[in-house]
Amino acid sequence: MDHEAPIWNEAFGIPWLSFNLSNVLMMFVASLVVFIVCVAATRNLQRRPKGMQNVIEWTVDFIKNIIGSNMDWRTGKMFLPLGLTLFLYIFVSNMLGVVVNGTVGHTLWWKSPTADPLVTMTLAVMVVVLTHYYGVKLRGSREYAKDYVRPLPFLLPFNIIEEFSNTLTLGLRLYGNIYAGEILISLLIGLATSSFLGFLGATLPMVAWLGFSTFIGFIQAFIFVMLTMVYMSHKVSEDH
Amino acid sequence: MYGLTDNLIIQAGGFQFGDAIAQLVFFLILLVLLRKFAWGPLMNMMKEREDYISNEIESAEKSREEAARLQREASEELKQTRQDAQKIIEDARKTATQQEKDIVASARREADRMKESARQEIEQEKEKAVQQLKDQVASMSVMIASKVIEKELSEQDQKELIDQYVNEAGEER
Repeated sequence: MDHEAPIWNEAFGIPWLSFNLSNVLMMFVASLVVFIVCVAATRNLQRRPKGMQNVIEWTVDFIKNIIGSNMDWRTGKMFLPLGLTLFLYIFVSNMLGVVVNGTVGHTLWWKSPTADPLVTMTLAVMVVVLTHYYGVKLRGSREYAKDYVRPLPFLLPFNIIEEFSNTLTLGLRLYGNIYAGEILISLLIGLATSSFLGFLGATLPMVAWLGFSTFIGFIQAFIFVMLTMVYMSHKVSEDH
Repeated sequence: MYGLTDNLIIQAGGFQFGDAIAQLVFFLILLVLLRKFAWGPLMNMMKEREDYISNEIESAEKSREEAARLQREASEELKQTRQDAQKIIEDARKTATQQEKDIVASARREADRMKESARQEIEQEKEKAVQQLKDQVASMSVMIASKVIEKELSEQDQKELIDQYVNEAGEER
């Protein structure tokens, strides 16, 4: 019962390039789901919202509040699309693995893309690079550079270390939570499929854990966006 | 008992560098597409609604003020009208009182005048009567005197005659 990842080595004939095709597939699925849901929800916009428009507007307000609690809305509003897309993409990715884990033969195809450390680290690095980019863009490179010796010059190494630790914790927190959730789900599935008694014993924990995983999926997406905005505000705000 | 980990359907697939590129590309494409197709229209709609609501509030405020102004005006007018009506009634009452006084006064004058004229008439009549009486007494005196002169009368007769004439004169009246 050993499951393998569908690895595509030496993609396009480039020796160092390899894809985990299941990750690629799930990224595509998650992106597609987010895109379809959002576009479907924002068709036929009404001044008096109903149905899906209410849901999407609630989400917008939710992200607005996250941004507003970290920085001035005047600078914050440019990060609204980023925050919204991040939140929905991560949330949907987390949910994909909760709803179902699928294998074809011995190959694992269907899982959360966020249960892969490299994927979450990519998102984290992207976010941190964006914070640096906007820090330079909005405040100038002088102010940006000065931030590394604030509040005291000897804190320079710590400030540099902080940038890397921020990135690491941001990415690995998400990965750890989702991966742990999927491990427990797959353990419970293994128990449930092993015997009739095992099925009976696994049902109740399974239900509980699925509910909890949904909760965790939501919370982790929220935390990821929240920390993104916290780091962002560190870089773009005049005072902190 | 077999090892639980053998049963895991999820296992890390190792680091595939392509995944990172794929993730980045997918996310950026999603970001761009959503910004164009979802967030743009949605933000516009939310902005438009905000503007609409603030306009509505403004116009509601305006019409409320207008209504308050109109009401104030109306009540002002009502007060004015009430005062006018009060004044008209007051005037009418005054006029009526005046007229009443006038009428009474003129009636009284008329009555006085009539009384006066009646008294004058009476006076005249009386005078006339006295005059007549005097005339008659005079003529009777003349008659009596002529009779007395005509025949010598006894004292007795004279007396009787005078009484008779006097009586006659009284009855004639």
